[in-house]
Amino acid sequence: MIDGILTTIKLGILCWSFALFIGVIIGTLRYSPWKLARFFAAGYTEFFRNIPLLVQLFFWYFAAPSVLPERMVKLIYHDTLNVEFWVVVIGLSIYTSSRVAEQIRAGIGSISREQFDAALSTGLTPLQMYRFVIVPLSIRIMMPPLTTEFLTTFKNTSLAMTVGVLETTFMSQQIEAYTFHGLEATTGASLVYITITMIIMLIMTNVEKRLSVPGFIIRQR
Amino acid sequence: MLRSGFLFRGSSYGRGKIKVRGFDWKVIQNNLPFLLQGLLTTFQLAAIAIGGGLLLGTVLAVARLSSRRFIYAAVTLLIHLLRSLPLILVIFWFYFFMPILIGRPLNDFLSASIAFIIFEAAHFAEIIRAGIQSISKGQMLASLSTGLSYPQSMLYVVIPQALRNMIPSLLTQSVVIFQDTSLAFVIGVKEFLRSANIVDAREVRSLELYSFVGIVYFIFCFSMSRITKRWEKKKRSKV
Repeated sequence: MIDGILTTIKLGILCWSFALFIGVIIGTLRYSPWKLARFFAAGYTEFFRNIPLLVQLFFWYFAAPSVLPERMVKLIYHDTLNVEFWVVVIGLSIYTSSRVAEQIRAGIGSISREQFDAALSTGLTPLQMYRFVIVPLSIRIMMPPLTTEFLTTFKNTSLAMTVGVLETTFMSQQIEAYTFHGLEATTGASLVYITITMIIMLIMTNVEKRLSVPGFIIRQR
Repeated sequence: MLRSGFLFRGSSYGRGKIKVRGFDWKVIQNNLPFLLQGLLTTFQLAAIAIGGGLLLGTVLAVARLSSRRFIYAAVTLLIHLLRSLPLILVIFWFYFFMPILIGRPLNDFLSASIAFIIFEAAHFAEIIRAGIQSISKGQMLASLSTGLSYPQSMLYVVIPQALRNMIPSLLTQSVVIFQDTSLAFVIGVKEFLRSANIVDAREVRSLELYSFVGIVYFIFCFSMSRITKRWEKKKRSKV
C-alpha cells in the first residue's frame, strides 16, 4: 500500500512538471505572431483535450508500439524497466499539458493589452517580454485554476491502474482480490487521495499568498 | 471482476513477435455493429449521468445555500469529499458498497450509473451554486414578497434564470462527463472503450481500434465544445 501511495505521488509530480513545461510553451504559442505556430498549438490543445484520458493511455500502451519505429519500440517498450509507469507519464503529461495550455491561454488573455505594448516599448524583445513580463504576471493570475489542474492530475493518476501501474487504486483492488474486503480497501484508498488533496490545497494556498503581487488586480480587457 | 493490467496486457507489444504493420480498417468495418453497441451504451451512460447529476446537483446546490447550519455543513462536506476523489474510486466504491446495502449483486451498468450520478451531482452542484449566487438578491426578495414560498421562488424564479447563466459551464461539464464515461470500463460495463478492448483481444489490432475510438470521441467532444463556444459568444454579444 505504501508503495502504491509513493507511486501515486511520484506519478503526480512527474506528470505535473512535464505537463506544466509543455503546457506553458503551447499556451504561449497560442499568442505567437506566426500563424503556423498558433495553428499547431490550437490543434494540439483541442486534440488532446477532447479525447478521454483512458483512451489516450490505451493508445500509448497498446497501439503506439505498432506505429513507432522498431528501434524506438525496443528502446522504450522492451528495454525500460516498468514500461507501464513511463507510458502513463507520457500519456498523462500530454493530456494534462493540453489542459494547462488552455489555462495559460486564458491567463495570458486576461492581461491587458497595455502590458504587452509597454513591455515592447521599453525595448524588450518579444521573447524577453514573455519571459520577464507576461509569464510572471499571468502565472499569478493562473495560480488558482492551475492548482485545480494539479489536483486533477493527482486524481487522474488513478487511471494508471488500467495499464497495470502499481499505484494506490491498483493496490486497493489487489487487496480486494486477495481478501474480498473491497469496500474497506476502496475506502482506504479514498482516504489517501483526500489526504493528498488536502495537503496540496494547504501548500498551494500558501504559495498563492506568497506569490501574489500586492495591488495587482486582474483587469478586464 | 477486474484483475487490472495483467488481463489486458495480451494485446500488442506482449506478443511482439507477430507484429502486424500497416493500417487495416477492415477490422473496424467488420466489428462496427459491436462497437456501435458500445457507443450506444456510452451515450446512455452519459445521458443518465448528465440528467441524474443535474437533478441531484440542483438539490445539493440549494441545500448548500440553505440557512440551516446542519444541512449546509453536511452537504458541503459531501461535495468536498466527492470532488477530491478520483472518479475511478467512486465507481469502485459503489460497486462494492451497493451489494452490501441491498444484499445482492447489482448489475454493473446500474452500479456505474449510480456512481456517475452521485459523482457528477457534486460537480454540477458547485456550478449551479455559483449560478444561483450570480442572481441578484433582489429577485429572491421580490418573489418572496409576491407571496411565493421559498421553495416556489427558488424553483420558479431563481433557478430558471440561474440555469440560463450556467449553460456554457454546464455544457463544458457535460463534455467532461461524456469523456468520463470511459471509466466505466474498469468495472466491466460494455461501453465504447470496453467493446474496442474486447475486439482487440480477439483481433490484435490495437492501433486501428484505439485510433478509431479516439477519433470518435474527438469528433463528439470537439463539436460539443464548438457549440458551447458559439453559445457563449452569442450570449456575450447580446449583453
